[in-house]
Amino acid sequence: MGIIKTDKLVFEYIRRDEDGNVEGINRAVDEVTLDIKQGDFIAVLGHNGSGKSTLAKHMNAILCPTEGTIWVDGRDTREEDEVWNIRQTAGMVFQNPDNQIIGQVVEEDVGFGPENMGVPTKEIWERVEESLKAVGMYEFRKYSPNKLSGGQKQRVSIAGVLAMHPKCIVLDEPTAMLDPNGRKDVIRAIRALNDVENVTVILITHYMEEIIHADKVFVMDEGKIAMQGTPKEIFSQVEALKALRLDVPQVTLLAYELQKKGIALPDSILSIEEFTKEVMHYYEQKGRKA
Amino acid sequence: MLRDITLGQYYQTESVIHRLDPRVKLAGTVIFIISLFCFDKGWGYIGAAIFLAIVIKLSKVPFKFMIKGMRSIMFILMITVVFNLFLTPGEVVVSFWKLQITKEGIRIAAFMVIRLAMLLIGSSVMTLTTTPNNLTDGMEKAMRPLKVLRLPVHEIAMMMSIALRFIPILMEETDKIMKAQLARGADFESGNIFKKAKAMVPLLVPLFISAFRRANDLAMAMEARCYRGGNGRTKMKPLVYKKRDAIAYLVLFAYLAGSIAVDKLLW
Amino acid sequence: MAIILDHVSHVYGGDTTLSVKALNDINLVIPDGQFIGLIGHTGSGKSTLVQHLNGLLKATSGSIYFNGQDIDDKDYNRKELRSKVGLVFQYPEHQLFESDVFSDVCFGPKNLGLSKKETELRAYDALRKVGLPEECFYQSPFDLSGGQKRRVAIAGVLAMKPEVLILDEPTAGLDPKGREEILEQIVKLREESGITIILVSHSMEDVAEYVDRILVMNHGEVMYDDVPREVFKHYKELESVGLAAPQVTYIMHKLKAAGLGVDENATTISEACEEISKVLL
Repeated sequence: MGIIKTDKLVFEYIRRDEDGNVEGINRAVDEVTLDIKQGDFIAVLGHNGSGKSTLAKHMNAILCPTEGTIWVDGRDTREEDEVWNIRQTAGMVFQNPDNQIIGQVVEEDVGFGPENMGVPTKEIWERVEESLKAVGMYEFRKYSPNKLSGGQKQRVSIAGVLAMHPKCIVLDEPTAMLDPNGRKDVIRAIRALNDVENVTVILITHYMEEIIHADKVFVMDEGKIAMQGTPKEIFSQVEALKALRLDVPQVTLLAYELQKKGIALPDSILSIEEFTKEVMHYYEQKGRKA
Repeated sequence: MLRDITLGQYYQTESVIHRLDPRVKLAGTVIFIISLFCFDKGWGYIGAAIFLAIVIKLSKVPFKFMIKGMRSIMFILMITVVFNLFLTPGEVVVSFWKLQITKEGIRIAAFMVIRLAMLLIGSSVMTLTTTPNNLTDGMEKAMRPLKVLRLPVHEIAMMMSIALRFIPILMEETDKIMKAQLARGADFESGNIFKKAKAMVPLLVPLFISAFRRANDLAMAMEARCYRGGNGRTKMKPLVYKKRDAIAYLVLFAYLAGSIAVDKLLW
Repeated sequence: MAIILDHVSHVYGGDTTLSVKALNDINLVIPDGQFIGLIGHTGSGKSTLVQHLNGLLKATSGSIYFNGQDIDDKDYNRKELRSKVGLVFQYPEHQLFESDVFSDVCFGPKNLGLSKKETELRAYDALRKVGLPEECFYQSPFDLSGGQKRRVAIAGVLAMKPEVLILDEPTAGLDPKGREEILEQIVKLREESGITIILVSHSMEDVAEYVDRILVMNHGEVMYDDVPREVFKHYKELESVGLAAPQVTYIMHKLKAAGLGVDENATTISEACEEISKVLL
């Protein structure tokens, strides 16, 4: 069994009118079955309201399934005694950088998780230091979070989770409120965690550039997993992605448009280098024929 | 900019007073205030003033910073003076129209001004030399005995420190919403008090909604990081008494006993 | 008729040691009907600049003229200026406060002292313009989706019938389709009513597609002011100040460098597609 496994996971919101009568039931997650391997970099895509955030909150036992089961490192999230172990195993970073920093000084915020877990003082300091170094924020340890940029705050939040020594980190649209530079820094930090520390990463996003390096991508729509595969497999289906309110990187789209014009390029080109190579290859072959 | 406003106006420098345990400083402030209310002759105040002057000197905080806090309370100070001056019965010194100033009135008004001024300066020594974090930590630990009375000591301290963190954020948010409504032609300034109160609705409703959303997000983030109240929690920066704290306690009690003795025993 | 900025500077923090120069000697002419992209990283001064255009911030030095009048004149009507130069802030849905969508959109025109009938007509018109379905008009704004809330907030400014519409990061936090929908709505709005639009954005891809002119800001100064393809020629300089040209620019330069005879200044996908297929087919 992988680090996170779900079996026909269902989550329903009950909508009520002003008098508290049940108006209807929304199925936010609809029979999702997946299995995530330890050490993988997983991306979850989907438009707003597709159920991806709801699914993420199950991985940290913030929400409990209405039906079906989710196991985090083999623990069923419905067992109440396991909740704290689960939260320690699967850390979570949220969207709004301002609303998840508790400490008034960067280092104190990073120490918040370990404090809650009852880690001895000396070890807290060690963990804070190594976590801040891992996300490149060590030199800011004495700063007030209010003085940091959005991207820096998100990296502090990631360090805060890292200091709990999780096996897995779930990031719920961590870059949605950042500018392009902040986004790049955060994504770089996340990739480093995965490569260097071998932490399983589950990145929820709707920025396509961020998922190119993922081991596996899940695309959600209406609470269901609509597509899954490697980034290459996903991006080869430009029309299907568009139908799911998503887009593809410009380079992929350009290749796709050229294909439509009858230029035989391979499917799902993801990088500029690859694109240039393929276009030049095509050009040379054409020259040879002529 | 609004984010730069700091509460409790901590003054960053290195000094013995800065390094003291926050509990010592809390206790010191309380002891100092008690002493001020124990005196009934001038001698005690002179003693208190000397003590305060030494502490300020040790704290390395410029005196003008201490005085800054006084400006806001000047008004209250004046009212106290006026009331005491005119409303204390006794031997009349000056009288005009229906008002009389008595000898007792002058005495009480003078004492009151000295008392309030020293109280204020005394407590600002504490806030100027202690970071807000340190202060809430100190309060949490100092109030721990009150847990027996089922007082949620840890929760109160946690609330205070979260409030301190979010005040600048909410101030900035207020500024933003205000500007957004101004851009829609809102007018927060003209009209009578009722009109002004009504004009605040477009500001307050979004502000409350945002505050609740933030609270909700924060609660979730805290739970996700295994927060479950104060039990079983360890501290990254635990408060531990050092030798200097013990000395400070001794000095404090010596001051309390000494100044009261001087006040009562001298004629 | 236009907005003219003449040597405008803005300093935060007064004359203390902490003062920050947010705008430094800005000179600009914004003619009627132009579609402008204002680009810069966080803290480059772009938000400060747009708040000057409708009088929310006052220039520390220099003058701003709107339709020939100095907006800092004592008897200049600031309220009217704010209705003529509509400013939609970042995350504008955070300013919604009324119990239903329609009343919220009425807030702006009502503040202008218009009659009830005129107010409602304008609100209705504005909501139509942002493409909000009619069944949402009497719902609570807080029950709508993120993209819909944003439309309501934009309508709230449009209902004041501005001559200039400034949108600060109107697509922040939306999903790709939501972004595209909002941008297309803005383009349509411009085509239909011909108003001046200033789009503040981080995203070169968004801007390249639609605007006539790009203003790049850095450290409180205008770094580039030109048509998109000219600005993107400086993609290396843009990178050095924390910005980037659209991916297409990089692709075209790379192809050119590899020896393919394309015009490297194509900035949109369709232009690039055209260029490449010309050579390959």
